[in-house]
Amino acid sequence: MAEIELRGVTKRYGATVALSDLSMTVPDGAFVVLLGPTGAGKTTLLRLVSGLEQPDEGEILIDGQPVTDLTPAERNLAMVFQQYSLYPHMTVRENLAFPLRSPRLRTPPAEVARKVTEVATMLQIAHKLENKATALSGGEMQRVSIGRALVRQPAAYLMDEPLSSLDAKLRADLRIELKGIQGNSGATFVYVTHDQVEAMTMATHVGILDQGRLVQFATPRQVYEDPVSLYAASRLGQPRINILPADLFDGAPAGAASIGLRPEQIVQGEGDASRVIRVEHLGDQTRVHLSFRDHEIVTVTDPHTPLRAGDSLRIRPERPHYFDTDGARIA
Amino acid sequence: MSSYSITEPSRGMKWTAGLLVVAYALITLLPLLWIMATGFKSTNDAIAYPPKVFFEPTLEGYVNLFTIQNRASAEQLAENPATTWYDRIVQDKGMVISGPSRFGEMFMNSVIIGFGSTFLSVVLGTLAAYAFSRFRVPLKDDLMFFILSTRMMPPIAVAIPIFLMFRAVGLSDTHAGMILLYTAVNLSLAVWLLKGFIDEIPREYEEAALIDGYTRFQAFVKVVLPQAATGIASTAIFCLIFAWNEYAFAVLLTSGNAQTAPPFIPTIIGNTGRDWPAVAAGATIFLVPVMVFTILLRKHLLRGITFGAVRK
Repeated sequence: MAEIELRGVTKRYGATVALSDLSMTVPDGAFVVLLGPTGAGKTTLLRLVSGLEQPDEGEILIDGQPVTDLTPAERNLAMVFQQYSLYPHMTVRENLAFPLRSPRLRTPPAEVARKVTEVATMLQIAHKLENKATALSGGEMQRVSIGRALVRQPAAYLMDEPLSSLDAKLRADLRIELKGIQGNSGATFVYVTHDQVEAMTMATHVGILDQGRLVQFATPRQVYEDPVSLYAASRLGQPRINILPADLFDGAPAGAASIGLRPEQIVQGEGDASRVIRVEHLGDQTRVHLSFRDHEIVTVTDPHTPLRAGDSLRIRPERPHYFDTDGARIA
Repeated sequence: MSSYSITEPSRGMKWTAGLLVVAYALITLLPLLWIMATGFKSTNDAIAYPPKVFFEPTLEGYVNLFTIQNRASAEQLAENPATTWYDRIVQDKGMVISGPSRFGEMFMNSVIIGFGSTFLSVVLGTLAAYAFSRFRVPLKDDLMFFILSTRMMPPIAVAIPIFLMFRAVGLSDTHAGMILLYTAVNLSLAVWLLKGFIDEIPREYEEAALIDGYTRFQAFVKVVLPQAATGIASTAIFCLIFAWNEYAFAVLLTSGNAQTAPPFIPTIIGNTGRDWPAVAAGATIFLVPVMVFTILLRKHLLRGITFGAVRK
């Protein structure tokens, strides 16, 4: 239940610039997913908002109040770390109760017990409450650390790849659960992930980070359909967007260096001939790897396609994205 | 065909290894056992040649250790018949007990100074090690080396300046003075050892606690200290062993009031230089506190002396 604003935030570690003049506003109740490869500054951004690190320049505001001078505890945020987050000398119950028993909250014992049980049940770890935190599997540890964030009602939740070490089924369950919490409580989430599906299904906004800069901040649909750059376009979509030289097809605008084609931007059965290299049945989708004028293109086709390796398939781009030599979108 | 593992030693190997360890333990423990045995010998048995392995045990050594005795005439002995077992032991030699010796006092001095300085070293050492481990301290490496360098000088080289300083501020022959001195010597060891242990504790634990609503100091107490328990226990043992056994400073800087047991024990031998059982009795009693302390913290010590090599 808070708006988070970063104004011109720069953070350096020695000679490396982790975040560079970054400005971003996370609206109240938004679910913001940060995307970017390792080293793009996603975790640094979370650490700056949480107060574990101080920015070298710029300002961070929560609900319009500057928080740069506040300690992490005073900012009233909950954070799920990527690893190492459980207190190893405590049981699962003590871990979950730890934030509630803090000198800031001083929750009465009955209330602590109620909330711990509630969260443990939701995360399916109620039977492990008396275990030592170190005697859990990776997925269970991850759930406890999510639980430790969820027992409180903080101003915002910061999560650093919280679902990365869980199996597919649990990940899907928790995705819905987290989205549900966000929907019901109206809490603000800032969420770091590498997972496309998480980004597309949970986010109200996606922030694309590239070497410490925020290159695009928009809804997931917008980032997917209207990326500002080649880099942003490559962050979302499975299979990845096909990047080819612009002159491979007719109709490229002046200055275009490359053309970006998502599967739905490739019309099959019309246009120029390509050769099928491989057909992959992934279950939920069927991919075709094509060779088109010595370039490989990956697209999606009908699950019951009769296509086989060696067949010929005509393809035509439809309303593709064009990028200039620097990767900026021009059409 | 039985299963065969190249990592699991064979039965024969285990037995051989076990026997070697037992033999080695016996050899290293023998001097200790000899001292303990000597404490229960009579003065003559203690210096008998060839040495006596089997002897008639007596508590004479212990009685001599704890009492001051005077020679008594036959009439005096007749007037004061022995009422207790220790009176009887003394009177059999033609002596009477005139009062307690100062061994008890010196032993208590050792306890106060040893445990006092260990406590201070560990408390200050943990705080300093935490700061060195977690904060950006200017000239960190130089400071760490400087701390270690305080340990390089032999006691005898610094004893005279310390003696003069202690006299100037009235710390000579006081408990406080000796506690301060041993703490100063032990701190370098404590800071270095504990820094290693605290470095091994991931920062994420404290960071999680900071976000969970705790101050840095509360996070230190609730999260770092419990995980540094192993390091703290083994550091405490090392500090206690040093302070407990220290001899040079104790000889040079204490005389009566704050003298510890190590400089006192050799004086028990008496004017004749024959009372080895009393010396052995003193040494045996002196061993007990460190042994008990070490056994209590044994589990931690074993993990501690491997310096994190087998952590997790």
